[in-house]
Amino acid sequence: MSASQDTLLQVRDLYKHFPIRAGLLQRQVGAVKAVDGVDFDVYRGETLGLVGESGCGKSTTARLVTRLLDPTGGSITWEGRDIATLSRKELKPLRREMQMIFQDPYSSLNPRKTVGTIIGEPFIIHGVETDERKRKRMVQELMEQVGLNPEHYNRLPHQFSGGQRQRIGVARAIALKPKLIVADEPVSALDVSIQAQILNLLRDLQKELGLTIIFIAHDLSVVRHTCDRVAVMYLGRIVEQATSDELYAHPRHPYTGALLSAVPVPDPRLSRDKHRQVLGGDVPSPTNPPSACRFHTRCPKFVEGTCDVNDPPLELKDGGNLAACHFPLTDDEIARRVPTAAA
Amino acid sequence: MAEPLLQVEDLRVHFETEDGVVKAVDGVSYTVDAGKALGIVGESGSGKSVSSMTVMGLTRASNAHITGRILFDGKDLLAASDDEMRAVRGGQIAMIFQDPLSSLHPFYRVGDQLVEARRVHHDESKAQARDRAIEMLSLVGIPDPRRRVDSYPHEFSGGMRQRVMTAMALINDPKLLIADEPTTALDVTVQAQILELIQKLQHELDTAVVMITHDLGVVAEVAEEIAVMYAGRIVEKGHADTIFAEPEHPYTWGLLNSIPRLDTPRDQELVPIPGRPPSLITRPPGCSFAPRCPYVREAHRRVDPVLASAEGADHTVACLLPSQTRRALWSRLRAGASPEEAKEAVNIPETLSESAPKEGEEVTSA
Repeated sequence: MSASQDTLLQVRDLYKHFPIRAGLLQRQVGAVKAVDGVDFDVYRGETLGLVGESGCGKSTTARLVTRLLDPTGGSITWEGRDIATLSRKELKPLRREMQMIFQDPYSSLNPRKTVGTIIGEPFIIHGVETDERKRKRMVQELMEQVGLNPEHYNRLPHQFSGGQRQRIGVARAIALKPKLIVADEPVSALDVSIQAQILNLLRDLQKELGLTIIFIAHDLSVVRHTCDRVAVMYLGRIVEQATSDELYAHPRHPYTGALLSAVPVPDPRLSRDKHRQVLGGDVPSPTNPPSACRFHTRCPKFVEGTCDVNDPPLELKDGGNLAACHFPLTDDEIARRVPTAAA
Repeated sequence: MAEPLLQVEDLRVHFETEDGVVKAVDGVSYTVDAGKALGIVGESGSGKSVSSMTVMGLTRASNAHITGRILFDGKDLLAASDDEMRAVRGGQIAMIFQDPLSSLHPFYRVGDQLVEARRVHHDESKAQARDRAIEMLSLVGIPDPRRRVDSYPHEFSGGMRQRVMTAMALINDPKLLIADEPTTALDVTVQAQILELIQKLQHELDTAVVMITHDLGVVAEVAEEIAVMYAGRIVEKGHADTIFAEPEHPYTWGLLNSIPRLDTPRDQELVPIPGRPPSLITRPPGCSFAPRCPYVREAHRRVDPVLASAEGADHTVACLLPSQTRRALWSRLRAGASPEEAKEAVNIPETLSESAPKEGEEVTSA
């Protein structure tokens, strides 16, 4: 992660607070602090994973970066230019360069449009190809590229299986040759035998087209396999960030350790010997997050007077991980709590 | 050994639809012993949920044609009347579902719902049943159960709701708990809590568990025995250790090699299973997995395999490949070979496995 790497996207101090309004005058009585001070870089050609439990702000972060939502504060620098405050009109040319793939291949495709129309729509919106016959050829090439039968051009989404629909979503996303693809839980709605098909497709397309991918998922095994670097989020903040190899070999933040420890391993012998560390309780409400370190209410290493008073900065720890913790996990603790992390 | 608690024999559930007869479950047999856990693994449409809903008597519809036998504690549930089924359901057999929010009534306090579940099966006063409800909530780890018993479902988080559902399922001391994807909608940390809870209850209350899931990791944690389902049938069954270490069905191999996992090298290739599951209306002739199987031979498209014993105790598999060939293929796959490389290295004969039915023979039962 040297400075020489080519940064495509730089996010600094990003905030998104959704106001909570109440009463006759709809006065603001509070805010859901969905994203609460997030910094990260995305390098050209890499896959960055964003992981965390539901409500940690990973999807909101993705929607801010692609400017589907307006940030409350902070900067988003895209190829050297701050896009955090651009207007809709100014954003339009940028939309070609960043595309999204969604979780649910059933609800993200218009059921009344043919697959040809769905995949060809970006060409019309951005005025790339107005001639219908040429457009059809381009769409069929895309279908071929993602492993769909080009003869199915005139079919409707319901005539495809879940895996094929996700391929349609991928074809639509790569139609305009974007630089960045944000994939929000792209395989979590798919059957296990189909998941691998889509993961391999994304990897092949990334190589072929030189794509940069932000990959959001809650499945830590999928993220490890897919991503070069991973950022772990908890209650609107990044608590740990490292390369996949480092993060999974030696998680430093106790939250990352607990997440990894909770992943069920498809090996009965290993899971019998495992001393799983089960976190108690639930994620606190993002309207009123705990003081200082937000994880202190559930942390197995909580120290009163420190963790609930001083907010730990995201800083370099042993082994090269960036973690926001006063008492990061030691190698010994990792070996005991996360059997799969044996480096 | 004592009689198994649940004995399912040659169960078939066929639904009459406008498009044709859907053979959702087509000849499934398994047993569950008291206090043990069976994992049923399969993808959507494999029939894993329909088979267990039939055990609960939940698939009795005018268009459903159900045959076979389901013996629970010596009693044939398929022959039981609707009234008798109502007594069993929620009493001796309880079920928890994937989506705890839609399984709880949003208008009633969880305490009232628990009390009702108790009083349907027990002649108790409301106060007694309420005490029992509080006891159950505390057993499943709801903090402050005396207060929370009066909360509404929306006041609980997803994981807490699944605990409430589990409390409701267990309030009548069932002998059998059927858990249908109980953790699929939950985050990993909450999933770990719920799995730990189910195991604790299994051991403390001696409840038998049928865990239905698509997640191989989840069954590895919970189940002592595993049945792999494909297209309405069980294609492989055995002890959990055997299924993960010495699987003999190409579909099981496919499942194991298509998932990324934390205990293998990060750059290990994922090998997807090509194609997709067959239609349950027009099942392919011969082996149902043949259209997706990398090791298929011509005769496999004509002969229907039956579950027959394989290597290892109580291990059965429905595959037409000779057992020697199966073991040779798995030893290559396990060493990291791709299906193509394994096929290259192992000579796959045209002859069928010793246990395969003769060609042209009608197969009646698995």
